[in-house]
Amino acid sequence: MAETEKTELASPASGDVGSFPQTADQKKKIDVLLKGAGDAPIMKKKKWAVDPTKKVSWIIEFIRKYIKCEPHESLFLYVNQSFAPSPDQEMQNLYECFGSDGKLILHYCKTQAWG
Amino acid sequence: MDIHCIVNSNRYKNCSDWRRFGPNTMADDREVLRELWDGRLPIKFNLAADEVASMEHPEPCYLLVPRQSYFPLVADKVQRYFLKYTANSQGEEMWLEYEGQPLKWHYPIGVLFDLHASSTMLPWSLVVHFQKFPEDELLHCPGKDAVESHFMSSVKEADTLKHRGQVINGMQKKDHKQLWMGLQNDKFDQFWAINRRLMEHGEENCFKHLPFRLYQADKPCIQRLFRPITEEGEQRLLGDLVREVAPQVFNTEVEDTSGSWKVVIQGVEPPMETPVQWLSEHFSYPDNFLHICLVNSR
Repeated sequence: MAETEKTELASPASGDVGSFPQTADQKKKIDVLLKGAGDAPIMKKKKWAVDPTKKVSWIIEFIRKYIKCEPHESLFLYVNQSFAPSPDQEMQNLYECFGSDGKLILHYCKTQAWG
Repeated sequence: MDIHCIVNSNRYKNCSDWRRFGPNTMADDREVLRELWDGRLPIKFNLAADEVASMEHPEPCYLLVPRQSYFPLVADKVQRYFLKYTANSQGEEMWLEYEGQPLKWHYPIGVLFDLHASSTMLPWSLVVHFQKFPEDELLHCPGKDAVESHFMSSVKEADTLKHRGQVINGMQKKDHKQLWMGLQNDKFDQFWAINRRLMEHGEENCFKHLPFRLYQADKPCIQRLFRPITEEGEQRLLGDLVREVAPQVFNTEVEDTSGSWKVVIQGVEPPMETPVQWLSEHFSYPDNFLHICLVNSR
């Protein structure tokens, strides 16, 4: 996961050079906003650019490391503050269906917050 | 081939008028719901040969399972039966495989069959494992509670797409429980008494967006925003959806040596002229998603 900075988003991976625009577009990273809820510690940096093929389980692991979640602690992730996406769901699917204003907002917490 | 599929596919051949009449003119559509709910698959379970620790190989075991259900809800008996033939005393997690393909417990059984085995001979022959859990491919299933929370999350996600979540959030905890118990105990009336509210639509006569997932073997599933009607208010059809999300199905320009595609939902190949709104209301699985499998019919 790369920090969202203009340089990061604007520089294509070297493999993309010369490929079709469509392919380049598919590889474009997705802006994700990570918000703590309940008793979860907030993240200093909230906005991240994520590879669209990454899965929800990968994001959960990333947050766990970032906020130093103990192995015995749970971490729950929610979309639209309502449902927990399946761990094997790809970020692109969530972004396409539930993103708004060019970003996907995800809430995380250590206790089950929304069902 | 699943018997219910044959029955169903024959019945819905003549639906070219649907676009004109809309989805609510067919009076007996409840029968469709019932018939899909009653769909069963005969399955033969065999313990993986290299995991047999007893002197003789155990006999296979057979089950007739609901298409709408999930393997952890129906395979208790299988686990108990085979466990005594393995060296596994710790009660390691059971997982299933079909021709080298580990099966995801969080997909409805009917989806797994349509996606991986729709042209196989019945009974569907699966291999049971207790060792070498494929961590990269499968999620762990700690118990039936995990299936319940996965199921309820899917229902909520679907309602977020259909009604901005207003219907599911307006329900009581006991309604949620009734949905789940209806599925778990295979009680059609119990389930549909609640689920019909999730299938209601407002003044536009359709859902805001269509909850669907499109699957292909060996590829990640695709989920996109899709409106069930056009801006002019015309019904959008299954063919419109497939063309938009998986254009390769209709791509005749590229020389395709691998054969043609079948679009399978609930074991049936619905005509491409079927309105997606009708499909969503009648062909969705209990998790309220329309699970569409693209199968290469070589």
